Amino acid sequence: MQALAGFRVIDIGYVLAGPLVTQFMADMGAEVIKVESRTRLDGTRRGRPIVGEDIAGGDRGLWPELSPLFHCINRNKLGLTVDLRTPDGLAVVHYLVRVSDVVLNNNAPGVMDRLGLGYETLKSLNPDIVMVSMPGVGDEGPLKDVLAYASITSALSGLMGLIGYPPGDGSGGEGLLAGQIQGAWGDVIASLTGIIATLAALRHRRLTGEGQYIEVAQLEAAVSLLGEAVMEFEMAGQGQGNRGTRHSVMVPHGNYPCQGEDKWVSIVVQGKEEWRALCAAMGNPAWTREPKFEDPYLRSLRTEELDRHIARWTGGYTPQEVTEILQQAGVAAMPVMNIEDQFTDPHYREREVFVESEHPMVGTEWLPGIAWGLSETPGSVRDHAPFLGQHNKYVIQEVLGYTEERYQELEKSEALV
Amino acid sequence: MKSLQGIRVLELGDYISAPYCARALGDLGAEVIKIEPPGGDSSRRNGPFPGGPPDPDASGLYLFLNTGKRGITLDINTSTGQEMFLRLLEDADVLVESNRQGKLEALGLDYGSLKDLFPQLVYTSVTPFGRTGPYKDYAGHDLNVQAAGGISIGIGMPDRSPLAIPYSQSDYMAGLAGVAATLIAILARDLTGRGQLVDVSGSQVLAALISFVYFLPNFIYRGVAGTRKGKRGGEAYFPNTIMRCKDGFVCLYPLRLEQYFRFLELIGSPDWQEEPRYRNRRAMAEEYPDESEALIAPWFKERTKEEIFELCMEAKVPCAPVRTIEEVVKDEHLNWRGYFQEVDHPVAGKVKHPGSPFRLSETPGELGGPAPLLGQHNEEVYCDRLGITKEELSRLGMAGII
Repeated sequence: MQALAGFRVIDIGYVLAGPLVTQFMADMGAEVIKVESRTRLDGTRRGRPIVGEDIAGGDRGLWPELSPLFHCINRNKLGLTVDLRTPDGLAVVHYLVRVSDVVLNNNAPGVMDRLGLGYETLKSLNPDIVMVSMPGVGDEGPLKDVLAYASITSALSGLMGLIGYPPGDGSGGEGLLAGQIQGAWGDVIASLTGIIATLAALRHRRLTGEGQYIEVAQLEAAVSLLGEAVMEFEMAGQGQGNRGTRHSVMVPHGNYPCQGEDKWVSIVVQGKEEWRALCAAMGNPAWTREPKFEDPYLRSLRTEELDRHIARWTGGYTPQEVTEILQQAGVAAMPVMNIEDQFTDPHYREREVFVESEHPMVGTEWLPGIAWGLSETPGSVRDHAPFLGQHNKYVIQEVLGYTEERYQELEKSEALV
Repeated sequence: MKSLQGIRVLELGDYISAPYCARALGDLGAEVIKIEPPGGDSSRRNGPFPGGPPDPDASGLYLFLNTGKRGITLDINTSTGQEMFLRLLEDADVLVESNRQGKLEALGLDYGSLKDLFPQLVYTSVTPFGRTGPYKDYAGHDLNVQAAGGISIGIGMPDRSPLAIPYSQSDYMAGLAGVAATLIAILARDLTGRGQLVDVSGSQVLAALISFVYFLPNFIYRGVAGTRKGKRGGEAYFPNTIMRCKDGFVCLYPLRLEQYFRFLELIGSPDWQEEPRYRNRRAMAEEYPDESEALIAPWFKERTKEEIFELCMEAKVPCAPVRTIEEVVKDEHLNWRGYFQEVDHPVAGKVKHPGSPFRLSETPGELGGPAPLLGQHNEEVYCDRLGITKEELSRLGMAGII
């Protein structure tokens, strides 16, 4: 059985944060209809990489069915193309709202109203609809119109400013800001926050019959996870700033160089026993017996020196070798993995972190698996991401009950572009 | 009425991931009972502490993670403790736990041992590597999870060691995924009447949601594994970076062509943009970013970050100050929205917390009351609910079981 079977979701999401929410729901059995238009291609249907050689064409949006990123975050969905600026196109979506449970978007504030899809309109069409908006910094407030890409939100949330190397050790007196995360960190926080709010609202509706409006501001979702930093400021008057990979109680706590190009291993030591286990694993070299490394407080005063000693040892091994040696000894260690490491990792293989799927134009392709394990309702990767307009006929005729003739008329008009 | 009204959650976790998961369920209306060992959750020793000696009842991290919960103490390593834990499970809907692999098996409290006794129970495990697979027995902390999750390799300077996102962010991410998966299991239980095992692995959440989506296509189709780029964002169009200004940094990302043109106009339509070398935004970002950034650097150095923010907002250019935590706490926008919430705690006093990000019009997420003192609700839970007499309770206390 599928946990979310029977729910119908209209996805007016764009790029990542919104579409990930509906993908989670589609994986769990909800019927998700992705509403898009050739007049405004989803950002992930263009750009790089593209399957095939025509990179320039991919940049220009000539290969909307061959973008692997789009496939990664839109599998299991149905594809409906609608130009919402045409009266007939808007009418199709309005009819769809009447027979749906959730309408989700991550547009800028005001866009849904301008399109004729504001909450008041949706509610008049379907009183128990759950509408989910995921604006960058909020529907209301002094900054509501800020152009909030993920990195902009990260800067405003305080997270970006905390990512860097601490003062000293070649970083100068103020430390060295690095700032960026290669990966859509903020979008994923927002998407998890979004699905939680959506599922909570669906549970509430199941009990009461009432729908509601949900606003998930991506900025607030990010700050919500920085509680410790906020509490430091509120209770102690100042934060710790860039700490690099250091930790005040667990020492050592860092990423150490290994054999190979750009190969590293993460090591964390908690408590006396683990420290002794690490020393033993390294062969109890003389420096480990020096009193200045005796306890975590003393070690935290000499992190640079400590790290140089440990790096000399890790440098003789691969990250996998260090990991095995230390885990056997009861010390937390893991390789700093890149995508290639993850892709070939036996643990990730066994847990199906990535799955093979068939796409009619690409053949076999790799997609992210389902991020969590549910023993009774695991969900599945069933269908490839939809082609533009692939399910127009199904939605218009089967879901909405239009006649074949009317459907053909619409297809010939500008409404379903 | 709240969305999760009537849902009872037992938490048998420690530090961040499971406690954050249970707190978020509580924000949405579930009743959460937190079970701590008699020595307390390890986050009680973490701080920050308000002036004076560290008080385990006033650790800021603990306060943040445990608002709205009832707190009881119990040593589940004793057979009396196990028996009382089983009695608490009788009217629980959800168990959230984050114990090392093997610990609950040894006590007969793992999912396999409990599922027939409590078929209604949603058993949520939030761990670094999950309950199956070759690494299930491995020790792991946030730093190790970010390493294995593919996050660390993408953070830091290219010529220096990889970093990680600070403040245990992978533990929070795992906790959030735990909430999402638990809600899916609750919705399924509405239909089937049966609970299930929810197995959330922090490293897998990162690998499946961030690393794979972001790095996978480039690896498969371009053979590029991807690495860190310091202040620069992923491959895109110039400029996608962090610029130094008079009093700090701003993050600049005018992605769309019209935004880029507005940015050029804002900085005075410089002559260099007429040169062919500076008209290819892909090449500027990927092939000669240092040289390209040097062209725009002077404009930023002459202005403060708030001046730049204002000018860019007006010109509709995506660019924002890199805020400090102090600036975030005092931010006009977040405060206008009433985002932060003050919680009055009997030991720590009034402290401003980040609020709930779940803004539901009819059933908004809310922080409940202050985090519990150690064992604060022992009498309420053990005596009023389980029917233990006060005398027994005091004997259990002396025996070190609660």
